Amino acid sequence: MRKERSACLVGMGQSEYTRWGGITDRSQFQVAAQAVAAAIEDAGLTAAEIDGFASFSDDANSGAQMAVALGAPNIRWSSMVWGGGGGGSIGALSQATAAVESGQAEAVVVYRGLCQGQSRRFGQANPARAGASFVNPFGLFAPPYMLAPLVRRFMHRYPITELHLAEIALNGRANANKNPKAVMHDKSLTLEDYLNARWISEPLRLYDCCLETDGACAVVVTTRERARDLPHPTIEVLAAVHGSGPQWGHGPLGSHNMPDADYASSNSRELAKTLYAKAGVAPSDIDTAQIYDHFSGLVLMALEEYGFCGPGESGAFVESGAIRWNSGKLPINTSGGQLSEAYVHGMNLLAEGIRQLRGESTAQVPNARLCLVTGGLGVSPTSSAIIGRV
Amino acid sequence: MSYFPADMPRPEPTMDEARFWDYCSKRSLRFQSCAHCGTLRHPPIAMCYRCHSCETDYVEAPTEAEVYSYTVVHHASHPAVAMRLPYVVAIVEFPKMPGVRLITNLTDIDAGGVKIGLRCSLWWDDIGEGMFIPRFRPVDA
Repeated sequence: MRKERSACLVGMGQSEYTRWGGITDRSQFQVAAQAVAAAIEDAGLTAAEIDGFASFSDDANSGAQMAVALGAPNIRWSSMVWGGGGGGSIGALSQATAAVESGQAEAVVVYRGLCQGQSRRFGQANPARAGASFVNPFGLFAPPYMLAPLVRRFMHRYPITELHLAEIALNGRANANKNPKAVMHDKSLTLEDYLNARWISEPLRLYDCCLETDGACAVVVTTRERARDLPHPTIEVLAAVHGSGPQWGHGPLGSHNMPDADYASSNSRELAKTLYAKAGVAPSDIDTAQIYDHFSGLVLMALEEYGFCGPGESGAFVESGAIRWNSGKLPINTSGGQLSEAYVHGMNLLAEGIRQLRGESTAQVPNARLCLVTGGLGVSPTSSAIIGRV
Repeated sequence: MSYFPADMPRPEPTMDEARFWDYCSKRSLRFQSCAHCGTLRHPPIAMCYRCHSCETDYVEAPTEAEVYSYTVVHHASHPAVAMRLPYVVAIVEFPKMPGVRLITNLTDIDAGGVKIGLRCSLWWDDIGEGMFIPRFRPVDA
């Protein structure tokens, strides 16, 4: 019974991705609805078979409105994960997985539409932020500034250098250069370009920070039993989790009062253990990873916390070429990620995970069977999944 | 003259944060502590995470702190800070009062001279209308 209802990813859809302000002919909601409709079509399903919606990050594109736009006649379940930013991206997947596996829903669309040209630029000061009084009067206005002190402390504690941060940015760009749908597809990036770029908030330079873009992305989750009759190879959600260590609710985006042992981290140490235990696999089993790259330094932390190398070893790990497509042992962010493909709050990373397991990536890892995907790092909650080709 | 221009965002305390800023308006840096078990916590929050008491005291912080981490900001994401670039945002802790960290600015220092562990002392920045903001400068500045 349990196996028949195992959650599977059967469809994915996305809009075009542009720099922020690039989509002016359609509303953010329309862009999101088109991605959702594309995902349902890709799955080989109809809107009549969709009975649930999940999103995150205070998504303004409500599930109730999405059901109207799609003409879904019978919604039985919906959910949104608390917390801003992309921390809840895989959290929304974990909600959908739980709904499908428990029988509360049969087919759920997980989506995110984010047109920063129409809503607001996440890199700008936000007076509505929780705890704003403790950050804005000091000029700690937005995520790049807020997460930079974690990266600084990480580099203070471990042998991590600017060249290691650079490698995350350069890897993303090299992969985006192979992905025609990536915003930065046509723009090369050299180490010299990286080092010569302006500081945003030390130790983060321009190319350490994710793009600000317009776009939407959606995936469809249903049971393994239903997935067997659908067109694409079956991709199972082995495990999807979301959660947080203590005090991260007023962590980097608040007042930086999380425990010292956890400070220079992506808030994933305990969550990673839960994830691997639930999935029944080890880090060495993972063929490729899509790691939330809002800021380069957090990717290094996640490589350690998800067990691909030891504490403090992520610099040496990436320096060895381990994360590069076509030669490294763990190619990461193979679509270009959020540094170079698009910033859809992590849903585009999940879409790339699906492409890898279907064998459709523009930086395809040969015979990829298992992929780790994370949600936004260094926030509460953060989230992650291991998905696998059955 | 305040450290940032007058259009810099000001504290807009919620009900749970009001006492912290009331003390700041009197040039007193005080952190919330649990009246029942003494646990310090920051930012102020309605309930003690150790004992669930909602009774609070406010404990005077030492005037000397240490840089726990920091960032040097070079990009103005709000027009008010353009004239101050680059400026230093520091996360400071208090060796004589462990348990809380404060976001603040480190002033009177070249950005290149900031280090984790740097000792710094409190000064009060008058931003007008009766409000003062706690900022820090190196102890030897």
